[in-house]
Amino acid sequence: MFHSSKTLGAILASTMLATSAFAGELVINTDTSDPAPKKAFQELIDGFQAENPDIHVTWNLFDHEGYKTSIRNFLTADAPDIANWYAGNRMLPYVSAGLFEPVDDVWDQNGLHDSLASAEGSMTIDGHIWGVPYTYYQWGVYYRKDIFEANGIDVPKTWDEFLAAGKKLKEAGVTPITIGTKYLWTAAGVFDYLDLRTNGYDFHMALTKGEIPWTDDRVRAVFAHWKEMLDAGFFIDNHAAWSWQEALAPMVQGKAAMYVMGNFAVAPLREAGLTDDQLGFFQFPVINPDVPLAEEAPTDTVHIPANAKNKEDAKKFLAYIARADVQTKINQTLGQLPINKDSQVGDDKFLQAGYQMLSSTTGGIAQFFDRDAPAEMAKAGMEGFQEFMVKPERLDAILERLEKVRQRVYK
Amino acid sequence: MASTSSTWRRNQQRLAPWLFLAPGIAMFLIYVIIPIFQSMAISLYQWDGLGEKVWVGLGNYVELFDDEAFYTSLKNNLIWLVLYLLAIPAGLFVALFLNQTVRGIRIYKSLFFFPFVISQVVVGLVFSWFYDPNNGLLNLGLMALGFDPIPVLADEKWVTYGIIAAGLWPQTAYCMILYLTGLNAVDPEQIEAARLDNARGLRMLWYVVLPQLKPATFIAMVVTVIGALRSFDLISIMTDGGPWGSSRVLAFYMYEQAFSEYGFRMGYGAAIAVVLFAIMMVYISGFLWKMYRDEKGR
Repeated sequence: MFHSSKTLGAILASTMLATSAFAGELVINTDTSDPAPKKAFQELIDGFQAENPDIHVTWNLFDHEGYKTSIRNFLTADAPDIANWYAGNRMLPYVSAGLFEPVDDVWDQNGLHDSLASAEGSMTIDGHIWGVPYTYYQWGVYYRKDIFEANGIDVPKTWDEFLAAGKKLKEAGVTPITIGTKYLWTAAGVFDYLDLRTNGYDFHMALTKGEIPWTDDRVRAVFAHWKEMLDAGFFIDNHAAWSWQEALAPMVQGKAAMYVMGNFAVAPLREAGLTDDQLGFFQFPVINPDVPLAEEAPTDTVHIPANAKNKEDAKKFLAYIARADVQTKINQTLGQLPINKDSQVGDDKFLQAGYQMLSSTTGGIAQFFDRDAPAEMAKAGMEGFQEFMVKPERLDAILERLEKVRQRVYK
Repeated sequence: MASTSSTWRRNQQRLAPWLFLAPGIAMFLIYVIIPIFQSMAISLYQWDGLGEKVWVGLGNYVELFDDEAFYTSLKNNLIWLVLYLLAIPAGLFVALFLNQTVRGIRIYKSLFFFPFVISQVVVGLVFSWFYDPNNGLLNLGLMALGFDPIPVLADEKWVTYGIIAAGLWPQTAYCMILYLTGLNAVDPEQIEAARLDNARGLRMLWYVVLPQLKPATFIAMVVTVIGALRSFDLISIMTDGGPWGSSRVLAFYMYEQAFSEYGFRMGYGAAIAVVLFAIMMVYISGFLWKMYRDEKGR
């Protein structure tokens, strides 16, 4: 769970030279405990060390889930010089508690307003920029190309085509969409896309900011589309019993043909034996043609805690991780997309597809329901989505409950 | 020097017990008593654990009593309390069954005790697989018998019962071990005498054996009720409170509100903790009263 990348000598040196005022020691805390992110950060830190031999990097690697609690403790009590986190509303509690350092100067001095322009909005709170984004990934529909072809189904571009495709799949004995909603957030992905396609980005942002009542007719329209999918038997049964990983199985076995997911689903699907000829990706279909297409692409970021001891070197690190060549490399390892517009995108077909889609997105880029909405609203909302997927007849009660939460949360 | 030592000598008898008790009392104060009052204090604030505390008076409690999720948790807590007690007769049954001298009985005893030794997390995982709607043993069995599969952990009607069943497995083992030790202490002469009076079977159990097992029953009751009230790990592992919060109990809801990924409402979490404490208090007072009465009776 806790791991320090440096040698014993380094630890000894740092303790002998007392804890504070040791210029050149840079402490980095990250939650990148999964294999690919761990490797990516190792390479990143090695690269930074090679260019800055006078700086001593101490890397504390936290377990992914435990980090969400630990960060609150270490930001106040024993702050590192760098910590990774997420963009959007997810960083708001730390920004408003004064625990993150504004890094506008890093952006000004390194021309990041230009090279990282696409993510500037999601990094800005109260007119300041609070960190540097280094990776993001697309969401969309991952599908079994071979099953689609076997049943003569083309990639659906519109809502009607989408429903028709589902119908054909049903007739062939294949459940159209697999999903595992035990941990709730997967259902939010479906909701986000239905809302982005029905009402558009601005409405979606207003909703997650609490400016629109959940009982609004436009929200009901989103659920009406969702209900169409439920009525047509689009989703696998018993999804509330499964995590997202467990829900991969029906897709691998060919019992289900689509998954509304983020790009991180590709790696386990490949590991489970699906080849690139069997697996494809398409953009979530158009529902309301008048709404510009917006996408979902959560951004991961690094920040300087306000209590950091070595902010000078931390800023060097931020500048380093923002660089085009560095982002190219780290994202090749991560299997995700770089933020820097001069970076190269890996030649993986899903990365290319995501890159094409996101770079031509005109409607806006949402982070994800639980990053755009405040935590409490997100939790209540996602629970409501899960309940709706199993008990659609309770829609009114669910929306009223969400409205009650909204009125409390956004006072 | 002389005066201090004589003060000490004069009061030695009275001071010594307190000195011996001091470390324990200090620990108990720091880790139990003071936090109780701190929780009560925090429950009157709105606080995210980082920023400023905002005084809301009884606001958290008002919200709590208007919160569906709170009533769901409370109801589940009651179900837990009642059904978890099944572990006691079940444990007694297994203990009676195992209380014989057969070759290799120790192996059987250890096997029956095994579920209590493994971690609750493992128990939760094992039962999640057992209940799995597609490949779980339970549903394979149901389907073989021609029934429709029941997605126990994804169905709000079944989920709490499903988790309690998982919890009963280790708890039964625990009660069993309590009763096994109790049975060792059963007076063979009384059994002999009862046998001469032609008592056997259930009558023997009820009138001769059970009264002698009273201390074991008492302890089993205590640990089972406490176990039911603090049920948390199984829920967290098996359902994470779901589907849509229908398997939460108060302890889990408190954790969710105060410490989980989407929580950090310390005041609200503390308010739930205070309510849970009040419920436990009823039980603890009863327990203390009984202890007091027993001690006096002696």
